[in-house]
Amino acid sequence: MYKIVRKEILNSQVKLLEIEAPYVARKAEPGQFIILRVDESGERIPFTIADYDREKGTVTIIFQEVGASTLALGLLNEGDSLADFVGPLGVASELEGVKKAAVIGGGLGSAIAYPQAKKLNQMGASVDVIMGYRNKDIIILEKEMAEVSDRLFVTTDDGSNGTKGFVSDILQKLLDEGTEYDVVIAIGPAIMMKVVCDVTRPHGIRTIVSLNPIMIDGTGMCGGCRVTVGGETKFACVDGPDFDGHQVDFDELMRRLSMYKDKERTAVERHKCRLEDQVNAK
Amino acid sequence: MQNKRNMSPKKVDIPVQDPIVRSGNFEEVALGYTEEMAIEEANRCLNCKHKPCVSGCPVNVKIPEFVMLITEGKFEEAYEKILETNSLPAVCGRVCPQESQCEAKCVRGIKGESVGIGRLERFAADWSMKNAEKKYDTVPFNGKKVAIIGSGPAGLACAGDLVKLGYDVTIFEAFHLAGGVLVYGIPEFRLPKDLVQKEIDGLVAQGVKIRTNMVIGKVLTIDELLEEEGFSAVFVGSGAGLPMFMNIPGENLNGVYSANEFLTRINLMKAYKEDAKTPIMRGEAVAVVGGGNVAMDAARSAKRLGAKDVYIIYRRSEAEMPARLEEVHHAKEEGIIFKVLTNPVQIIGDDNGWVKGMECVSMELGEPDQSGRRRPIKIEGSEHVIDLDTVIMSIGTSPNPLIRSTTPDLATNKWGCIEADAETGTTSKEGVFAGGDAVTGAATVILAMGAGKKAAKAIDEYIKSKEA
Repeated sequence: MYKIVRKEILNSQVKLLEIEAPYVARKAEPGQFIILRVDESGERIPFTIADYDREKGTVTIIFQEVGASTLALGLLNEGDSLADFVGPLGVASELEGVKKAAVIGGGLGSAIAYPQAKKLNQMGASVDVIMGYRNKDIIILEKEMAEVSDRLFVTTDDGSNGTKGFVSDILQKLLDEGTEYDVVIAIGPAIMMKVVCDVTRPHGIRTIVSLNPIMIDGTGMCGGCRVTVGGETKFACVDGPDFDGHQVDFDELMRRLSMYKDKERTAVERHKCRLEDQVNAK
Repeated sequence: MQNKRNMSPKKVDIPVQDPIVRSGNFEEVALGYTEEMAIEEANRCLNCKHKPCVSGCPVNVKIPEFVMLITEGKFEEAYEKILETNSLPAVCGRVCPQESQCEAKCVRGIKGESVGIGRLERFAADWSMKNAEKKYDTVPFNGKKVAIIGSGPAGLACAGDLVKLGYDVTIFEAFHLAGGVLVYGIPEFRLPKDLVQKEIDGLVAQGVKIRTNMVIGKVLTIDELLEEEGFSAVFVGSGAGLPMFMNIPGENLNGVYSANEFLTRINLMKAYKEDAKTPIMRGEAVAVVGGGNVAMDAARSAKRLGAKDVYIIYRRSEAEMPARLEEVHHAKEEGIIFKVLTNPVQIIGDDNGWVKGMECVSMELGEPDQSGRRRPIKIEGSEHVIDLDTVIMSIGTSPNPLIRSTTPDLATNKWGCIEADAETGTTSKEGVFAGGDAVTGAATVILAMGAGKKAAKAIDEYIKSKEA
């Protein structure tokens, strides 16, 4: 069993869990992921590692409650345990030799981009962080990102924090101003990563994206996570999750991500009904 | 007391669920012999002095001995006789290809059907699980630790033998549940999972430790197991779990599964149950590409999920199919449609990227190829489209690269299989042994068990030689 040692509610839908998993913490690197199961009948859900503490032996994940399983996960509290927690899976991000980077996080992607920004900062690289959210109420990790970046830009789709627009608009502006980057790391919804890649492509800037397709085992066994990269089929779990964004077939990725959408909706409704029953019974 | 020998040329029939009924449920197909049936069938054994059947068994189960015990009604003793060389009788009795192993050598098979050795093995194991109280002799630990990577048939067999020799055995499993292909691959209707669990519980009762959620190559390397975690030897039984695809257009459409993914969702994650949290697509018209046991499992599972039309698409003829005869027979009984001498060219999607059909060509058989099987050749102009909503690719698997990529001094061949001695499992790396599908590529449960047992013997000798 894997104990939850810290829980934070970051906004109305996003929560943070710090979990005791000493073996995973010892090896975890930015860009890698874990798979967990909430309980003995749970599905296997992959999460990118948001942070790790080798000394404490803990791994942190940040997640949005979008489906029945993540809703169930969000109900757990400090002191509760997860049935299963396996990792670190996937290949760590290649950050060696980077001098100047833009790290871009969209929504929850900011949580996943945080360890990359932190590591680059520790390596002495100059880091610009661009975070984008739908509105100001759901901004997360602003303080943490500020600490590990040279410049931090926060945008909202509706302009409720003062800077209206998308992360790609900020990146476009920085590039137009003549800012040069060795690498752009973009993590977030597939559509955001796709747009960022469109911005960097004409400049020929290496652009790393972190993909989150549907998978079961995370070790190359099911092939559910296959993505087309440079015309070839890759397994995101073992060949990624980082890929050269300019080579990724994002349209296929988005289509495959929607595979179980209908079933997910039904599951959420069932989950909510059960919760309402519990609440009404009290 | 000697029972009357049964000279019937045919095996005693084994009761099975009705095909129409069973194609709608996941319960076991074959129901097993009663005591009377088992004795009747056991009496067909001639108890030959030269025991040809034993040489056909990869783990040399003492077949005539255990069959004779059944004729005497000594069922528990029969089970224990099998256990002397085979740690998973209930599994092997169900999934071994007996027709090409022990039963192929049976003298009764010359003028009729061979003795139903597999059915009798299964009977003895089931009888014991149901009726006998299990007590396990635990051997005192000798203080030496052995790590086993993978809890499939190879790893379980190796662990079973090593713990009996006094070793402190730890099995590392990547999934959340032990059993490997026995739990994620082979469906419930062929191998009930509670039975696999009982076999594993037996090993644990004898002192084998199982650590799930441990992906060796990621969380720990083989070098770390040997140098930091205090293991004297490592056995790699990580199987061949990487699914192959055909590399034809349309394979990444929604609705295309690898057999591994489809079966794992069903078997390990229980997606066939209504309240399961892991989803699965329940197709109306499903094609399974391939002709092995895994293809039969996938096709029959798709049928049980409610598919109306399920096709097996195989490029050679039925005679070349690698699947067990019994599986093919059961699949046909359940209404699976066999489209042999048919090869996919591309999978066709609708406007939203979901499978709507598969274009195939018809094939004919030419001269034998390197495998000795007649080579399938495309018939020009035979292109045709089958309407489908789900395609399951079941054309084989290869070993997972996680171990070889993190153990550079472990030699592998061009297919990614670990190079290991067939008799001992010895690899290029000192203290590291390997066996099962990780070495041979995808094969059978019993061959993997045989390799695990051979490696256990070699590991014992290796560790003792280091002490001397």
